[in-house]
Amino acid sequence: MRTEETQKKARKTIYITLGVTVLMFGFAFALVPLYNVFCEVTGINGKTGRISVAEASAQQIDPSRRVTVQFDGTVNSALPWEFHPKVLQMEVIPGKLYSTEFFARNLSDQAIVGQAVPSVAPGKASLYFSKTECFCFTEQTLQPHQQEWMGVTFRVSPDLPEDVHVMTLSYTFFNKGALTPEQLKQGEKIHGSVAKSTSAAEKSAG
Amino acid sequence: MSHATTHEHDHHDEKPKGFVKRWLLTTNHKDIGTLYLIFALIMFFVGGAMALIIRLELFQPGLQFVQPEFFNQLTTVHALAMIFGAVMPAFVGLANWMIPMMIGAPDMALPRMNNWSFWIMPFAFAILLSTFFMDGGAPAAGWTMYPPLVLQGGKNVAFMVFAIHLMGISSIMGAINIIATVLNMRAPGMDFLKMPLFVWTWLITAFLLIAVMPVLAGAVTMILTDHYFGTSFFNAAGGGDPVLYQHIFWFFGHPEVYILILPSFGVISEIIPVFARKPLFGYTAMVYATASIAFLSFIVWAHHMFTVGMPLGGELFFMYATMLIAIPTGVKIFNWVSTMWQGAMTFEAPMLWAIAFVVLFTIGGFSGIMLAIAPADFQYHDTYFVVAHFHYVLVTGAIFAIIAAVYYWLPKWTGHMYNQKLAKWHFWLSVISVNVLFFPQHFLGLAGMPRRIPDYATQFAEFNMISSIGAFVFGFSQLLFVYLIWKTVKGGEKATSKVWEGAKGLEWTVPSPAPHHTFQDNAPVNDADLAHGGAH
Repeated sequence: MRTEETQKKARKTIYITLGVTVLMFGFAFALVPLYNVFCEVTGINGKTGRISVAEASAQQIDPSRRVTVQFDGTVNSALPWEFHPKVLQMEVIPGKLYSTEFFARNLSDQAIVGQAVPSVAPGKASLYFSKTECFCFTEQTLQPHQQEWMGVTFRVSPDLPEDVHVMTLSYTFFNKGALTPEQLKQGEKIHGSVAKSTSAAEKSAG
Repeated sequence: MSHATTHEHDHHDEKPKGFVKRWLLTTNHKDIGTLYLIFALIMFFVGGAMALIIRLELFQPGLQFVQPEFFNQLTTVHALAMIFGAVMPAFVGLANWMIPMMIGAPDMALPRMNNWSFWIMPFAFAILLSTFFMDGGAPAAGWTMYPPLVLQGGKNVAFMVFAIHLMGISSIMGAINIIATVLNMRAPGMDFLKMPLFVWTWLITAFLLIAVMPVLAGAVTMILTDHYFGTSFFNAAGGGDPVLYQHIFWFFGHPEVYILILPSFGVISEIIPVFARKPLFGYTAMVYATASIAFLSFIVWAHHMFTVGMPLGGELFFMYATMLIAIPTGVKIFNWVSTMWQGAMTFEAPMLWAIAFVVLFTIGGFSGIMLAIAPADFQYHDTYFVVAHFHYVLVTGAIFAIIAAVYYWLPKWTGHMYNQKLAKWHFWLSVISVNVLFFPQHFLGLAGMPRRIPDYATQFAEFNMISSIGAFVFGFSQLLFVYLIWKTVKGGEKATSKVWEGAKGLEWTVPSPAPHHTFQDNAPVNDADLAHGGAH
C-alpha cells in the first residue's frame, strides 16, 4: 500500500541515489586531474620531472657509476615529418648534465606545428630522469621542408636504483596543425588547432 | 494458506484495454517486466545473428563472407547488444516482475519512471543499430571503445555515445527504482534477512549500477568532446593520455561484469533449494558474499590492462585483489553444492539449467583466475582464451541463469505449464553445443590466436570449425525456446499457484497466472511461506 509515509521515505531514497549518480558522473571527470597528479607524484607512466640547472649542479656525483641512456624518436602517422635522434645511446654518469640533439625535417609543403611527447622506460626510472631544457617543453614550428637540430639537456639522478643500468628516452612527435599562408604572415600561434588536425587526419585516413 | 491468497480472491485483474493503454502507457510492474523480457529476447537474437555471422566467417581461414571492416563492426555491436540490450534488460525485466511479488509490495515504488526507463531502451538501440546503414558503418573499435582507435570512427561515434547515454539513463532509473522499492515497499514482517536472495542480489546490483553507469557516461562524453570539440582528454598531442581512458572505462567495466552476474547468483539461489527440497545452505553467508564481491569489484579494474606497462607494484596489487574475489565466489559455489547435498532432487527444466550454471560458471571462474595471474596474462591478453573465459561466465553464466529463471517463473506468469519434454530438448541441445562452441576457444587462445580478427593462421582451422558448428547448433536451439514460450503463453496444462512441489516464497502464494495487481493491501507476511529466514 502506498501511504504518505512510504512516499516520503521513497522520495528520500530517490534524492540520495540521484545524488550518488551525479557525484559519480563528476568523479569520472575528476579522475583526469587525479590521474595526472598520481602519475607525477609516483613518476609512473613515463612522466618525467623538470629541474633547474642550479638544482642539478647542487647534487653530489658518484663518478664511477655508468648508466646507458638510449634515444628513440618516432612521429605520429598524421605528421609528415622526419624525426630521429643524433646518437642512439650515451653512457652517462648519474648526477651530471648531458645534452644531445634530435633531427627533424618537415617533408610537406606546409608549415606545421608539432608537439613532442616524451616517455621514459622503464617506468620506475622515470622518477629519476629530469630535463633542464627540452624541445618538448614548447610547440615546434617547421616551415615547408625546413630542417632543424633540436636540443635536450637532461640529468639522471644519483638516487637512481642500483639495478637500473639502461633506460630509454623516447619522443613521439604529434601534429598540432598546419599553418595557412595568412597565419604564417601574421606569425600567429594557433590555439585550439587540435580539432582541425584531428579532422584533417581523419580525411587523409579515410 | 496465507493471508495474501485469501485477499487475492477478489481478483484485481482488470487490465487496461487497447494496445496503447496496456503497453505504451503502462505503469504496471508486471507489464513492464514483460516488455523488458520481450525486448531482451529480441536483442538476444539480434546480437546472436551477429555472432553467427562472425562464426560463419571464422568457419574457415581466409576471407569468405564479410570484409574485415564489417567484421569489426559485428564484434563491437554484438557485445554492446548482448550486454546492454539482452542481459541487463532481461534481469531488469525479471526484477520488475518478481521483486514486488517477492517482498509483498503492490508495485514498484516509482511506476511512471519505470515506464520511462523501459521505453528509452528501444530508442537507444534504434540509434545504435542505425549506424549499420550509415556511411562508414557501425562503431568498429570494440565494445571497450579504446581511443585513439575509436576516435577514427566517422559519424558513428556520436550515435554510439548518445545510445550509451540513453542506455545508462535507463539502467540508472531502473536501479533507483529497485532500490526505492526494496528499501521502502517491503510488506510488514519482510525483514532484510528474510528477503529472497534474488531481491538481495538485485539490491546490491542496483547500487553498483548507480555507482558506475555515470562513470561510463563520463568516459564516453570525453570521447565525444575529444572527437568533436577539440578537447584532449585522451589525445597525447594535447597532453592527454589514452591509458587514462582504459582506467576510467574499466573502473566502470569491472563492476559492470558483476552487474551482469550478481542477479544470476540470486536466480540460482532461488531455484536450487526448491528442486533439492532443502532450505538454501548458508543464506546469510550468501548475502555477505554478494556484498563482498560487489565491494571488491571496485578495486580490481586494472587486471583488464596488465599489458599497458603498469609498475610491478600495481600489477601485484591488482593480481592479488582479483584472486581475493575467488573466496566469496567459492563460498557461493560451495553453498549451492551443499544445498543439493542429500537433497531430494528432481530435475525439471529450471533445475537442469541451474546445475549447468553451477558447473559451467565455475569453469569460467577458473579461467578468470588464470587470467588474473599477471605474468600469465601477458600470454593470454587479447587472445581467444579471454573470449572463451567471458563467454563461459556470460553465456553459460548470466544467460543460462536468465533461461533458468524463465523456466522457473513462466508458469506463474502465464498460468500454464510448459512442455517439459521440449524444455529438456532445449536444455540438452544448448548445454552440449555451448561447450562445443566455447571450449575449443580456450585452446585456440593458448595457442596464440588473437581475438577480434576475421582471418587466422591455418593451424587454428580445425578448432575454429568445431567452434563454429557448436555456434550454429546453439544459436538455432534457441528458436525452440521461443517456440516453447509462445506455446505456453497460448495455452497448456493449468498451473497451480504453487507450481513446484518445493516452492517457497510470497510469489507462490498468489494464483497463477499472477493477477494484474497483487498484494494491494500489504498483509503481514507469514514466516512459513518464506524460503529464507523463516521457520524451517
